[in-house]
Amino acid sequence: MCGAPPQAPTLPPNVDITKETVIYGTVSKGDAPVPGAYVRLLDSTGEFTAEVLTSATGDYRFFAAPGEWTLSVLHNSGSVRQPVSASGPGLVEASLVLS
Amino acid sequence: MSRSEALVSADWVEENLNTPGVVIVEVDEDTAAYDTGHIAGAVKLDWRADLQDPVVRDALSKEAFEKLLSAKGIGNDDTVVLYGGNNNWFAAYAYWYFKLYGHAQVKLLDGGRKKWELEGRELSKDEVLRPATEYRAQAQDTSIRAFRDEAIAAIGTKNLVDVRSPDEFSGKLLAPAHLPQEQSQRGGHIPTAVNVPWSKAANEDGTFKSDDELTKLYGDAGLDTSKDTIAYCRIGERSSHTWFVLHELLGHPNVKNYDGSWTEYGSLIGVPIEKG
Repeated sequence: MCGAPPQAPTLPPNVDITKETVIYGTVSKGDAPVPGAYVRLLDSTGEFTAEVLTSATGDYRFFAAPGEWTLSVLHNSGSVRQPVSASGPGLVEASLVLS
Repeated sequence: MSRSEALVSADWVEENLNTPGVVIVEVDEDTAAYDTGHIAGAVKLDWRADLQDPVVRDALSKEAFEKLLSAKGIGNDDTVVLYGGNNNWFAAYAYWYFKLYGHAQVKLLDGGRKKWELEGRELSKDEVLRPATEYRAQAQDTSIRAFRDEAIAAIGTKNLVDVRSPDEFSGKLLAPAHLPQEQSQRGGHIPTAVNVPWSKAANEDGTFKSDDELTKLYGDAGLDTSKDTIAYCRIGERSSHTWFVLHELLGHPNVKNYDGSWTEYGSLIGVPIEKG
């Protein structure tokens, strides 16, 4: 994996990333991606905004807005909670490691 | 209606997988979930493909609902147990929908698919086929369904509960953040609506909070129990979750789900909108 370029998220057609704020990344444990993990996006007050399941390759993706957010992950093999900041529209990557 | 009549636990479902007269139904927004594994014997309902009229934006007609349930092998006397992803949003929508057409015995699996998965309970990929039935629905029970004129008339007179996230309520976001944000309608909420996000009624594993916690939640938000209530969200699925809490768990008598919700209201010409 060393030196591999970061993976851009797979986006639906017609998504304009000059307008959308896309928070995305991979959930992993050890070196392995974790599919089927529940990823929550919480707003700056800690309130639920959305939840997705990671894909077969452990990927998740949200369409948010600029601002301060928190990502919270639940899976039967572990959990993690991590802040993420989006300064403006575009792609914001956050890798999440279960412990 | 009460918690013991409207909700079943995962243990109860495991004990009743083969009980005659019990039909388990998975309802999802994304049917790929069902295909990766479902509760053994559960039939699938696709929120979009099965439960929406293919042309007009509306619920299925009575005849189309009868045809759907007949083909899925669900009988009038069956106890239907619903569960699904998205913290049971679409399963709660289906619950409301079964009640709308007068199905007698409907229950929701507390925690839905999420709790089932987090507990590592068994999922099956076996194809489920049930013999067809001759299902007969009743006329729509509009005592639990609000339309747009009622939503407008409720401003300042009834309880309006906006169950979307605070950022959707304020107008910062136009859709829950797992969906693209570019939408045609305006952002904001119906004036005088209180914002009680659906998620405050649920624990993080998707189960419902206790009756005491729920009573306090809506009391603190300023819900006047002497008034009728209309719940709405973006497309009527999260507000079904709150309708279920208020009407089925807490037993409030006059609660309607406005399934047109923000995608309709926020697109109407000339109706008042409040931001922030």
